[in-house]
Amino acid sequence: MKYLDEFSDSDLAKKLIDQIHAATTRKWAMMEVCGGQTHSIIRHGIDQLLPDSVEMIHGPGCPVCVTPLETIDRALAIAARPGVIFCSFGDMLRVPGSSQDLFSVRSAGGDVRVVYSPLDALKLARENPDREVVFFGIGFETTAPANAMTVYQAKQLGVRNFSLLVSHVLVPPAIAAIMESSTCRVQAFLAAGHVCSVMGTAEYPSLARKYKVPIVVTGFEPLDILEGIRRTVLQLEAGRHELENAYPRAVRAEGNVPAMKMLADVFEVTDRTWRGIGEIPRSGWRLSERYREFDAEQRFDVTDIHTSESSLCRSGEVLQGLIKPHLCEAFGKECTPRNPLGATMVSSEGACAAYYTHRRLELVDAK
Amino acid sequence: MQDVTDTLPGPADLDFEGWACPVPLRDVPCVVMGHGGGGAMSGELIEHLFLPAYGAAAAADLGDSAVLTVGSDTRLAFSTDSFVVKPMFFPGGSIGDLAVNGTVNDLAMSGATPLYLSTAFILAEGTELSVLGRIARAVGRAAESAGVQLVTGDTKVVERASGDGVYLNTSGIGVVPSGVDIHVRRARPGDAVLVSGDIGVHGVAVMSCREGLEFGTAVESDTAPLHGLVASMLATGADVHVLRDPTRGGVSASLNEIARASEVGIELVERLLPVPATVRDACSLLGLDPLQVANEGKLIAIVPAADADRVLAAMRAHPLGRSACRIGSCVPDHAGMVVARTGLGGSRVIALPIGEQLPRIC
Repeated sequence: MKYLDEFSDSDLAKKLIDQIHAATTRKWAMMEVCGGQTHSIIRHGIDQLLPDSVEMIHGPGCPVCVTPLETIDRALAIAARPGVIFCSFGDMLRVPGSSQDLFSVRSAGGDVRVVYSPLDALKLARENPDREVVFFGIGFETTAPANAMTVYQAKQLGVRNFSLLVSHVLVPPAIAAIMESSTCRVQAFLAAGHVCSVMGTAEYPSLARKYKVPIVVTGFEPLDILEGIRRTVLQLEAGRHELENAYPRAVRAEGNVPAMKMLADVFEVTDRTWRGIGEIPRSGWRLSERYREFDAEQRFDVTDIHTSESSLCRSGEVLQGLIKPHLCEAFGKECTPRNPLGATMVSSEGACAAYYTHRRLELVDAK
Repeated sequence: MQDVTDTLPGPADLDFEGWACPVPLRDVPCVVMGHGGGGAMSGELIEHLFLPAYGAAAAADLGDSAVLTVGSDTRLAFSTDSFVVKPMFFPGGSIGDLAVNGTVNDLAMSGATPLYLSTAFILAEGTELSVLGRIARAVGRAAESAGVQLVTGDTKVVERASGDGVYLNTSGIGVVPSGVDIHVRRARPGDAVLVSGDIGVHGVAVMSCREGLEFGTAVESDTAPLHGLVASMLATGADVHVLRDPTRGGVSASLNEIARASEVGIELVERLLPVPATVRDACSLLGLDPLQVANEGKLIAIVPAADADRVLAAMRAHPLGRSACRIGSCVPDHAGMVVARTGLGGSRVIALPIGEQLPRIC
């Protein structure tokens, strides 16, 4: 990872920041799609160094944030069953469902385990043939290939006690849904570099043309993000709206062809509900017919679990940049990071949680 | 639709670092892992469950160690700690080393010279005696190395279904030299914040043993007894205000604890933080913050700015403080909060971890 140091060079960063300031003549609002980019922007204080007229709108690209409440409730129901080993990436364990989280299920006796790869879950299934092993397969196009490979291997190896609780979501339909919104303020997108490293960039030029928005494929290190913002500002100022790849070291236009073939075999496109936003047509993946036997929702018959979000929560408007978090009536009262009502208060990459922290700082300053 | 261009500052003022992602439910009916994570949930358990339940019998704030006056002028430091680490053996040490050094260090953070330790083993039925023997030998070697005596102990066995391997509690006592007044409430605006060396090493060493997590370079735990280093620092005559060993919850938890107890702000300079490349890369891979990763052989010192150079010189002259450095200052602003200046010139709030740090999905 040594070469990554070059992408955190503060002198180079300053030059890029100066160029962004020099190029900006008016107000622009751009959305970084990916929660990882949001995390990096805040982690390095990049947003504080931009011109006041460049607003970063934090997009719906945190997979933890957008996993629907009812999917989490289904996960909790499965994890609580005797004989099940429920495997998940770490940060899903603390996402609250309607009444509890996976940590609570584990505390009550459920066998819930943190794994670092879905293949670890498959290994567990082979080691425990008398148990049902379920992996919580959430996330964008970035985490999907490993999940697809795992299901493919399970089928090849004839592992019948493994299944996947799938809640994959896709970026391009979300961009389209945001742009279709009548109150959309987004004028440009930093596209998620890791998603494009898998899927390529073929879907983006038509989005840029249709909605007349610059789309710049952007990485995650500080210099990657600044370069993405710089190119986006240059396009906006010039009135251009094209796809640009500012992350060529990881992204090729054709994407990762073997991974895409695997995804096309294992998954099929489906309508998907996004927490805080609602249903977006053809915005997710589910297991294809050939692999449906590995679908945990079917195997454990939890498809009848339906949950509605709190009516107080306005995280959907926050996710689309329509309101600032504190304008939600529940903000800081019924809804806090320790007791979240919606997606944007659940995650460290959510704008509501960030505002809540900021207001603490504000209160301190006011003393 | 409400106007979004209103009075609150925009994204430039946001901080996303303050919350573990995502957050736990506040009112869980049972104990969850986060209650033992050394962060906000641990603190709440003490504040809202233990202290009210103990009532008038709780004579102190139930911190890592207590300083007790015996007779007219003898001050004893007393500490207890339980160790449940998995795996029990990891690069650079074992649960036995941690159990001795952890309690020795809790005593040392009050400036005490550790003298005597107890060891209480809780063993799961079926634990191999050879494993227990290795741990016991590690305890003996660590105690000898730290110059403390093992004077009392206990052994209990629980049914196989009730436990997993070996749990170990150590309690210890030491003597606080006269004139030493080290306390979490003594940080003052203007004080220097020092750290004795590379951070995050122990946590990454333990993580590197977990299946599927090899980081390419071997990382060894920094577990070590720190009372010798503390003695060197005190020998300079400096008025050391606060000492903390940033174990669970890492540097972030310790600094937040100090900022809150002393009602000062703490400002870190991120480029000064001694994060070795192996730790940085492992944390980057897992989506963890090195500031929240556990250490077992490091200390944080808050000293008057005027004393900082000589204390640092004393630390660097000691084998366990060769890489000691200043990482920030106590400030009068944002009392109770820790803020870091980022390498690019921005800032972010370093909040108290809530529960356990969990690897992020992406």
